[in-house]
Amino acid sequence: MILDVTSAVRLSLVVGVAAAALGLVPATGVAWLLARGTFRGKSVLSAVVLAPLVLPPVVTGLLLLRVFGRSSPFGGALDAIGLPVPFTLLGAVIAALVVGFPVYVMTIRGAIEAVDRRYEEVSRSLGVPPARTVWRVTLPLAFPGIAAGVVLAFARGLGEFGATAIIAGNMEGRTRTIALAVYALLDAPGDDPRSAWLVGASAALAFAALVGFEALTRWQRRRLELDG
Amino acid sequence: MADPTLHLGVTLALGGRPLVVDLTSHAAAIGLVGPSGAGKSTLLRVVAGLERRAVGVVACAGELWQDAATFVPTHRRNVGWVPQDGLLFPHLTVRENLAYAARIDLAPIAALLGVTPLLDRRPRHLSGGERQRVALGRALCAAPRLLLLDEPFSALDRSLRARLAADVAGWARDHAVPILLVTHDERDLVPFAAEVWEIGEGGVVRR
Repeated sequence: MILDVTSAVRLSLVVGVAAAALGLVPATGVAWLLARGTFRGKSVLSAVVLAPLVLPPVVTGLLLLRVFGRSSPFGGALDAIGLPVPFTLLGAVIAALVVGFPVYVMTIRGAIEAVDRRYEEVSRSLGVPPARTVWRVTLPLAFPGIAAGVVLAFARGLGEFGATAIIAGNMEGRTRTIALAVYALLDAPGDDPRSAWLVGASAALAFAALVGFEALTRWQRRRLELDG
Repeated sequence: MADPTLHLGVTLALGGRPLVVDLTSHAAAIGLVGPSGAGKSTLLRVVAGLERRAVGVVACAGELWQDAATFVPTHRRNVGWVPQDGLLFPHLTVRENLAYAARIDLAPIAALLGVTPLLDRRPRHLSGGERQRVALGRALCAAPRLLLLDEPFSALDRSLRARLAADVAGWARDHAVPILLVTHDERDLVPFAAEVWEIGEGGVVRR
């Protein structure tokens, strides 16, 4: 079987990094709305954002295929401008982004909620408008928690399998990430040593990401402690 | 007669029990005293525009901040609110806290409050009293139209307290910034020559 371990690791890293990077602004925006907003439909927004967490990844993949497939209006439009989604790396990134979005939002929401609102009140009382207050007080104070969200979204993107398999397929050198490569090797006869390498790489990356997540979470707690 | 420094005609629901406030003062310094839990701090928040539960009229120096049809948002009121625990921005140094919304030079204010040696420190490395002084300085640097001080000297010892109160009172007089000061210790009000209003059972009365 043609299967390159380095290519799988590289594709996983690309997918993880791209999903974390593309998700940062929307995840922060939605997290802020859920943490601080008062509006009708907040629980609906929360449910929609969290849905990929409870939906079977295969179902999420099928829904994504409905939205981004070449026969759908949106997917067709993307295809027309040279950004086809199904069976491309972009598809893998979108799958990782959507499936990882709930943990992304939840981590950042927690970080924003941990910021004492009275800091924002002090800022506004000093004449700084609400949007600038978010930029100068809320987000800097929540920064380590936001970074923890980035790390977690990256790690979740690394391991994405179900939705990716549906929308991006399992194409060597194009969409075959670590998880898909391991799956492909399950069909290979005998004990393929590449499996061990992939499992090792996957575990090492996940472990490093979680250590980073933990360190950032501790930094977040310290940042908000005046008497630390 | 000139517009009052402050006019408050509001009703506040505090845990079910309404507090009816009718306060009109032309004084440059207004002291609000009363037992803890009477609603003193909440009233400061009403003036700052941070408390939406208050119903009625709030006006400062002829400018209407709140009535049935108006609500001027906090950031347009330009008050210098100093909450009791100071709430210095923990991610900024003392200098950055002072400069946060500064409209005037911060060096003289840092000197006035005795925080010049602390400028490069982070709030977590300050004592309670130091934090209160920096919080006061941050509000003064914003050149507010009205200073709202919530027990601003509570973490200081008696001698420092009297001196700092005198310094702040002098600064406010020199810069023509009126003060609304909440305290449970009336001795804090002496340097300000404040007009004293007492908050009690359901209302606020002038003493």
